[in-house]
Amino acid sequence: MIEITDLTVRFGGVKPLDAMSVTFDAGTCGLIGPNGAGKTTFFNVMSGFVKPAAGRVQAFGDDLLRMPHFRRARWGLRRTFQTEQAIEELSVLDNVAMVWEHAKHDGRGKRADDVLDALAFVGLEAAPRDKVGTLDARERRLVEVARAVVGQPKVVLLDEPAAGLSDAETKHLAAVIRSIPEHTGALVILVDHDMTLVSACCENTAVLDFGKLIAAGPTAAILRDERVIKAYLGTEEVQ
Amino acid sequence: MLDRAARVQAGVILGLLAFVLLVLPSMLSSYWTDVMTSVVIYSIVALGLGMLMGRVGLVSLGQIAILAMGAWIAARLTYATSLPYPVVLLASGAMTAVLGTLVGLPALRLSGLFLALITLMLAGAITVVLTTTQFPNGGPGFLGHTDSSLGSNAVRRPAIASSDAAYFRYAVVVAVLMFGAVLLHLRSKAGRAWAAIRQSEASALAAGVDITRYKLWALGLASFISGIAGGILAGSVGKLYIVQFPISGNILLLAAVLMGGIYTLWGAVVAGILIKLLPALLDDWGLPPDLLTILFGVGILQVLITAPEGIAVQLPRDLGRLFGLLSKPFQQREAARKEAS
Repeated sequence: MIEITDLTVRFGGVKPLDAMSVTFDAGTCGLIGPNGAGKTTFFNVMSGFVKPAAGRVQAFGDDLLRMPHFRRARWGLRRTFQTEQAIEELSVLDNVAMVWEHAKHDGRGKRADDVLDALAFVGLEAAPRDKVGTLDARERRLVEVARAVVGQPKVVLLDEPAAGLSDAETKHLAAVIRSIPEHTGALVILVDHDMTLVSACCENTAVLDFGKLIAAGPTAAILRDERVIKAYLGTEEVQ
Repeated sequence: MLDRAARVQAGVILGLLAFVLLVLPSMLSSYWTDVMTSVVIYSIVALGLGMLMGRVGLVSLGQIAILAMGAWIAARLTYATSLPYPVVLLASGAMTAVLGTLVGLPALRLSGLFLALITLMLAGAITVVLTTTQFPNGGPGFLGHTDSSLGSNAVRRPAIASSDAAYFRYAVVVAVLMFGAVLLHLRSKAGRAWAAIRQSEASALAAGVDITRYKLWALGLASFISGIAGGILAGSVGKLYIVQFPISGNILLLAAVLMGGIYTLWGAVVAGILIKLLPALLDDWGLPPDLLTILFGVGILQVLITAPEGIAVQLPRDLGRLFGLLSKPFQQREAARKEAS
């Protein structure tokens, strides 16, 4: 469980996050909102790239904001980026192994087993020895998801993982994302603009608009919520 | 266990090594043996710089100054102690690693052009310090000084490698060990962390890489092998003079490393040849050594335009193509003959 309390981020006079308070329980949770709503800023606070002006993040009983950023990965925080960041010059195997090496392990499972298990889990057909630089966009995305789930992650943050994928590819990815909590025990937070993907993966969804949390609850109800529709479509009349 | 490409590469390396260790020294005069020894030494320095640039993404224009520090430390150690030469090399490598890492500390905050400029300035500062303290002078003890007009004593060489040919072989063996050490690093956790840092520091941090630690590690390793190269240089030339380490040498080294190629370890060998064998050849052909700067300028352009991976990748590939073109008529004739029969 992740409890966010009064999280505020200031960039000069702008507040990308304004007293955001929300609880992500378990399973796969959605985080949606129009462009500039603060979704990626929230991920950046979680990863430690952005220092919040105020607020607390309590994740599974630990105070996340007090850890240096690289320690958060060791603790069990994983994330993917809007622009996919698999390492081109390393092989598929080394890409995933690299994340495993910097994470904490309780002794069960060896590196090779865990890495191959993660690759099988995401359903990547590419040979493990292939360099990531030679793969196509879909395969790179899957490598990135494998990097996020290898070993024993506690929290997995996915930032628009389906960007640039076709419908069929997104469907496969949705099935993978949906089964992350069961497979790894991690809590997943999914940011995406593709509502089909969010509905397919998330039981619960939170909505941000101009840095403020405007709604949170079961996904189906949230997507019908009037405030959410207004936030996406705007309220001002066309002159 | 190894696939075919790896077996071919291992064969090429073993063949080259056998040639360089067993055949080459007997073919060369004392002058050319010295030239080849400096090719080996600068290949080691180029290896360090190539690793920093190609694998970690750090530009340094101070590697020649770090080589000078290593040479200085090794020379002083041979004056002050009777330690066996391998111990002198390791000690100068270790001390240079510490000093070189300190010099590289700005790399933790800076990158690109600013880092290049700062390391060049530091290289200048090191040169100034070594000049004003009368580099390395041959007095007794580690910091000893003599006013004797004879100046430095010659740096001693290892007992097993006192002749020029034997010293060349010694340098090659040390270089092989350094290349091996870097290769092991690249295939280990450190190499994977460096690849992550080079691609994106943000994503490396998100993957749990302690960027500060791994950058320091890379700087330390590059300085360590440059320090060892300095130790080999001290024994090779016998007497050290500051003019052997001009500030412009840092820029020439960077150019040579870029031309050789920073994404393969072979690039370092090519860089060593470019920076030391080429000027000796120009001299031998009666051409002015300043021509080197122009050649390097043209070379950098041609590499940037036609082969960003460097000569070490371009040459085998183009030779392969040429061989393919040349053998085509023969293959066609063979095919035609088979068809006819």
